[in-house]
Amino acid sequence: MPENTAHPESPHIEFRDVVKRFGDNTVLNDLNFTVSKGERVTLIGPSGSGKTTILRLVMTLEELTGGYIHVGGEPLQYDEKGGKRLRVDDKQRRRTTTQIGMVFQHFNLFPNMSVLENIIEAPVHVMGLSKAEAVTKAEGLLEKVGMGEKRDFNPSQLSGGQQQRVAIARALAMDPEILLLDEVTSALDPELVGEVLGVLKDIAAETDISMLIVTHEMQFAKEVSDRVMMFDQGSIVEEGKPDLIFSEPENQRTRDFLRAVL
Amino acid sequence: MDGVIGFFEQLGPNLQILGERMPLIVEGIWVTAQATALGGLLALAISIVFGVAQVAKYSVVRIIARIFVEFFRGTSLVVQLFWLAFVLPQLPYPFGWQLAPLAIGVLALGLNYGAYGAEVVRGSIGSVPKGQYEAISALSLSPVRGMFRIIIPQAWALMIPSLSNLWIQLLKGSAIVSTVLLYDLYFRIEQVRDQTGTWFAFLFALLAYYLIAWVIVILMNALEVRAKHKIGRGPALSKSWGTLFRSPGSVITEGSLFRAPISGGGKA
Amino acid sequence: MNPSWWDWDHAFAVFPLLLEGFKITLLATVLGTLIAVVLGLVVAIIRRIAPGIIRTPVTWVVEFIRMTPLVVQLVFANLVLSPYIDSTLAIGIWVLGIHYTTYMAEVYRAGIDSVAKGQWEAATALSLPQSRTWRAVVIPQAIRNTLPALGNYAISMFKETPFFVVIYIPEMVRVAQTYGGDTFRYTESITLAGLIFLAASYPTSLLIRRLEKKLA
Repeated sequence: MPENTAHPESPHIEFRDVVKRFGDNTVLNDLNFTVSKGERVTLIGPSGSGKTTILRLVMTLEELTGGYIHVGGEPLQYDEKGGKRLRVDDKQRRRTTTQIGMVFQHFNLFPNMSVLENIIEAPVHVMGLSKAEAVTKAEGLLEKVGMGEKRDFNPSQLSGGQQQRVAIARALAMDPEILLLDEVTSALDPELVGEVLGVLKDIAAETDISMLIVTHEMQFAKEVSDRVMMFDQGSIVEEGKPDLIFSEPENQRTRDFLRAVL
Repeated sequence: MDGVIGFFEQLGPNLQILGERMPLIVEGIWVTAQATALGGLLALAISIVFGVAQVAKYSVVRIIARIFVEFFRGTSLVVQLFWLAFVLPQLPYPFGWQLAPLAIGVLALGLNYGAYGAEVVRGSIGSVPKGQYEAISALSLSPVRGMFRIIIPQAWALMIPSLSNLWIQLLKGSAIVSTVLLYDLYFRIEQVRDQTGTWFAFLFALLAYYLIAWVIVILMNALEVRAKHKIGRGPALSKSWGTLFRSPGSVITEGSLFRAPISGGGKA
Repeated sequence: MNPSWWDWDHAFAVFPLLLEGFKITLLATVLGTLIAVVLGLVVAIIRRIAPGIIRTPVTWVVEFIRMTPLVVQLVFANLVLSPYIDSTLAIGIWVLGIHYTTYMAEVYRAGIDSVAKGQWEAATALSLPQSRTWRAVVIPQAIRNTLPALGNYAISMFKETPFFVVIYIPEMVRVAQTYGGDTFRYTESITLAGLIFLAASYPTSLLIRRLEKKLA
């Protein structure tokens, strides 16, 4: 597991004055928030409010337009040195993102590899595990997500729910300290949503991985989150404990949103 | 058209002449097959090297690849062939190479169609869904490993139909090599023509080329079925012999109709 | 520059001749494209709506022409037709045009297939007659989808006009070859011919690429 000892007391993820634009379209405007170690934070809000962009910024799939993101106290994409904003080089970025796992809406399993090969690819070629170690580990994870019998299947032979469970195992195989869940059930048929959420709830209960979650499943959000943040138009409208946000939202926009989705 | 009537009247004697001349014709077919196979292999190598180079990280590499591709696409096969055959030997030391006709044919065919193939390779690399690149990044895999282990195996299945059509074009293009004294199938047929008449000789030639083209089609269909099966799209070859005889039809080698049939992560 | 590499006298002597040949190259490309564009559409529509007894042989012939060499077709047609047609150039242009008809037909077919099924259904729901559906709904959309591919095949024809050397039509490359044969000096003529091709085809392909992006 990559070491993360730099600043044990600092927040696990820190967004400072974050700005993200796509062309003329400002998606995130001067965003500030932190996530503590082991904390589970769910982002809710209407589509287009910038939630997914936040996850993609943490995974360095998108380039920051302005501001800073720190992970484990280390600068992720840009660093401030002597008043200057400097790009963190790719090697350093990759070192930081090794601690971060992500599960995608469309799974993004590699279709040219079996289930097992999907899972051991990064442990062997990024973390440097031996193949035997990686296989043992992968089999354990597959058991955990209830896919032990499918290890030699091709992803295309699996249902969406099964593919997503494999994708979760693939992300966990890297021993991430942070897990990003990007609308992981949105592409699934309704009857398959439960199996995926069940696996995630188990993982939330059994580990202390920090999680940043974007989801439309409010019941799931309520069960696993320590904190819920309501987004609209690129900024935080309201945040707090899930019980509070879901039962007594203060902000009118939160109320409207919850009424529409619940 | 008395030619057509003559064709049927003379069918018997002509077949006999054809039989007598068969050794030479077979030699011609062998030359055409060599030019097509070796030229095709060279073209494939060039396609992959310059296709991948066009998406390389370093702009110098990309620009060099781009210039190469545009140059060999833009200057026409026949010009390249004549240049290698007539100009190259006239250049002063240390050039001035008089290459063997087969080498000239293979080089010109390989360079020209390889430049087209590089575009196909580049296009199909670009057609691999964006989510695959994101997953590579999210797993912190190195870009080089991601390219060769994950992107190219998927792109391979996408590019085979276009490469197949290019290879058939290469076969057809090879009929020009007799102009640089390579005695291919077309050349041998020209020799027979005086005795058998135009219709018989040329229908035979066209049919022979057509059959060779079908050998390519079947081979490439098999490769495609296998590649698709490997990425979990479609049955194993042993269960789909019928698809081998599918006509190459409508693969547009260049242009916007070349779009990825694979979308998103997809549901099973 | 070292004169043994490159002789400017030859270059200047052959350049005007090449331009003369280039006119034929252009003429063949334009007329060939015209033939292919029109006949290709006809073939595509026949293959779509004609009964099987017509469709099947048409499909076979088209496939046969597409999978056999243009060079052989050119020589064959020239030998058969030259007693009846004086102009070798006309024969060459027709063969080129018909050869590419088989490609254009496939382009149109893909274009027609790319018109969404809903468009046909909407036309049926409006009770448009079939001819009107084709003319007003399907073909305009299909052509829009196929423009870049049509353009690319036009460039491709342009670069295959030198195959005319096998029937001795004096297009540019034939001119270059003849000049080389007469003077025993090929370097300038062949190289210049290649550069003229490049100078003409590269900007055109850039233009088509831009068109592609615009229509995408």
